Amino acid sequence: MENSGPLKGIRVVEFTSAWAGPYATCLLGFLGAEVIKVESLQRPDHSRKISFTTGKAFQTLNESEVFNNLNLNKRSVCLNLKKREAVEIAQKLIQVSDVVMENMRPGVVPRLGLGYDDARAIKPDIIYISSSACGQTGPDREYIGYAPTFAALAGLPHVTGYPDWPPSNFLGSIDLRSACTSAFAILAALYYHQQTGEGQYIDLASQEAIATYAGDIFLDYIMNQRVPMRQGNQNDVMAPHNCYRCKGEDKWISIAVATQAEWESLCRAMGQSDLIGDPRFANMTHRKMNEEELDTIVAEWTQDKDSYDVMALLQHSGVAATPSMSSEALFNDPHLKERHIFRQVDHPVIGKNWVIAPPWQFSETPAAIRSCGPKLGEHTEEIFSDYLGMSSDEIDKLKKENVIF
Amino acid sequence: MAPKALNGVKIIECCTTISGAYCGKLMADLGAEVIKIEPPVTGDEARRRPPFQNDDPDPEKSGLFLYINTNKFGITLDPSKPQGREIFERLVRQADILIEDHRPGEMDKMGLGYDSLKIDNPGLIMMAITPFGQTGPYKDFKAYQLNISHMSGQGYLLPLVSPDLDRPPVQIGGNSGNFDAGLTASVAVMAALFWRKTSGKGQYIGMSKTEASIAMQRVESVTFPNSGINMTRKGESLRMSGNGIFPCKDGFVSIVTPEEHQWQNFMKLIGDPPWSKEPWCQNRFERGNHAEKINACVLEWMKDKPKEEIFRKGQAFSVPVAQVNTAEDVVSSPHFNARGFFVEIDHPVMGKLDKFPSSPYRFSKTPWAVARPAPRLGEHNKMIFCERLDYTTGDLETLKDAGII
Repeated sequence: MENSGPLKGIRVVEFTSAWAGPYATCLLGFLGAEVIKVESLQRPDHSRKISFTTGKAFQTLNESEVFNNLNLNKRSVCLNLKKREAVEIAQKLIQVSDVVMENMRPGVVPRLGLGYDDARAIKPDIIYISSSACGQTGPDREYIGYAPTFAALAGLPHVTGYPDWPPSNFLGSIDLRSACTSAFAILAALYYHQQTGEGQYIDLASQEAIATYAGDIFLDYIMNQRVPMRQGNQNDVMAPHNCYRCKGEDKWISIAVATQAEWESLCRAMGQSDLIGDPRFANMTHRKMNEEELDTIVAEWTQDKDSYDVMALLQHSGVAATPSMSSEALFNDPHLKERHIFRQVDHPVIGKNWVIAPPWQFSETPAAIRSCGPKLGEHTEEIFSDYLGMSSDEIDKLKKENVIF
Repeated sequence: MAPKALNGVKIIECCTTISGAYCGKLMADLGAEVIKIEPPVTGDEARRRPPFQNDDPDPEKSGLFLYINTNKFGITLDPSKPQGREIFERLVRQADILIEDHRPGEMDKMGLGYDSLKIDNPGLIMMAITPFGQTGPYKDFKAYQLNISHMSGQGYLLPLVSPDLDRPPVQIGGNSGNFDAGLTASVAVMAALFWRKTSGKGQYIGMSKTEASIAMQRVESVTFPNSGINMTRKGESLRMSGNGIFPCKDGFVSIVTPEEHQWQNFMKLIGDPPWSKEPWCQNRFERGNHAEKINACVLEWMKDKPKEEIFRKGQAFSVPVAQVNTAEDVVSSPHFNARGFFVEIDHPVMGKLDKFPSSPYRFSKTPWAVARPAPRLGEHNKMIFCERLDYTTGDLETLKDAGII
């Protein structure tokens, strides 16, 4: 499939695993960059082995739908970085690349001879990003982190959920937020390089990426010494602002009202125009004060209705309302179907696998899924011969010596 | 003074939502010149959102507004009026990027659609951010953060893990949902900017906030079509056992052990209890069948220990554990502070804040920096209209009286 992306011509070599690292370069791949993933049989990416989401372990290293969803468009080479010769080959790949990304524990890549200083010696204008849970510096830099822990340290779980329930844990979106942040940082560095010819090093801490997401929450403490608490679906200012039960099992509609006009439209749509003049709900402040009563009234109205009917009715009246969507609901939604959000890719082992489309529509340089995620080491021969001029004999020898492993 | 990554990039931001403003902020913080257009007199809606300094609802004292508008220049302008439109066109003619979040078709109606604007500025990159995108049956639907959170499927899976489904699913805390869209849009804008250098061409980019959030949770989004598993916030498919968010003496901790040796370290941490030697405790799948028992034992161990103790001791045992931080914890964190995550910021009305959240990326050549705080309402009218364009101060008075600025 032709590459029409805006980053066509950019080459990334990556030493990443799990979610936060790989998805960053996957985003660049959607945008047309060529991404070479350096993997090893002696340390396979754990997303090839297990899905934490579905609790499923995969039989082989080449059939993970999780790996596929996060590593689309990439090519994979196999290198056992414990071997000196493998490191030299990796350095040669860096030499022909524009960007390097790694997300190993701080200190590991320099010990291997693949740190920024090593890369810069080979290619002075390289853009090199290290992604880690806690960052490359600081007293806790050696700490082990995954999404549940770096989200916790960043302050987001504390403010998500109900005040009388524990803080909420999170799933993969936390990793992917860090990944998106990395992608943005890489692009800023690419722009700077385009203007000046200069590369640089980027130290990205996932826990800081998530803390940035909670930035305005910290300001309440900084300015007012007040610690924001979980508030369910409620909002500091708006009311009604909640999720209301609809007909069926675990079906809910979210409704948010920001203006007087929206409030009046909601009342009319509910067939309760008398509420407009009701002093309890006369303006936003009053609605917020009497929120519990308000929620009861709205819930009584929604509870015997289909969530999609409620959305249609309210949206038609200019009120913001959407169902709370399960994976099944997303997959079947008519708008998302027309927008072609779910894409099926052909995978040599999995067969037809559903993934999510890149979330932008460019008028000149469309983002695209050009190929599925690679099998481990699938492109070793072609990349080593095309980019490093190796013969098939040389490659065979490296395989025998477990350099390619 | 250190160079800026996006020095020389000129952006016009004409947005009313938090997502649009956040997109502009990310680039302003790296040195792009972002001119934020606000409605005359009333100003941006975010000025009326908490947290307010000392709870004083002054439009110059919103912590949210400060956070999402650092480093920008601020002008007031009504582009819907003929003379306002003319000024808008002149500003966009000089710009590289326009970020806007009007409802689909609204810019066209004002005569400010991409097809018109690109005539005088063929290199213009126009980024249009809307709740549901520019096409499809829901394109004109309204959605606030609550609705995007639920429509995207993120809200449906929170709070995680919920003991039952009786309570509604909830949105993510703070403004994180809004920031998903802003961050995702910034990646596309930067890619288009990069492409423009080699091609000489601008383009139009559309993005749906809902789709940005769906993509941020892409692995969970596809579980139904791929595996028939329709996840709920009860988290059954996760089979979390001994992992998750646990209450302790003074708060909560988050623990996750994706690798078996990490689980073994966890057991060492809690004193190698007898139950940990049982055959059903030796791999994650077996443990998944005994979650209730295991969780009860873990809870028992944690309940009399402070969160920091569990965190530090756990990490010393190489267990991926973290304390669940409140805003206060993050702001006072030795690690966050050692890394310089919090910086000083000076605001003409709020005064000096000795701590302000900065960024998650540390660039070696082009560091993130505060060049100016968020703008006061109309602060840069004279600078932009008189010095950049050619209006006189008399003109400004006339325009002000006519409600144009």
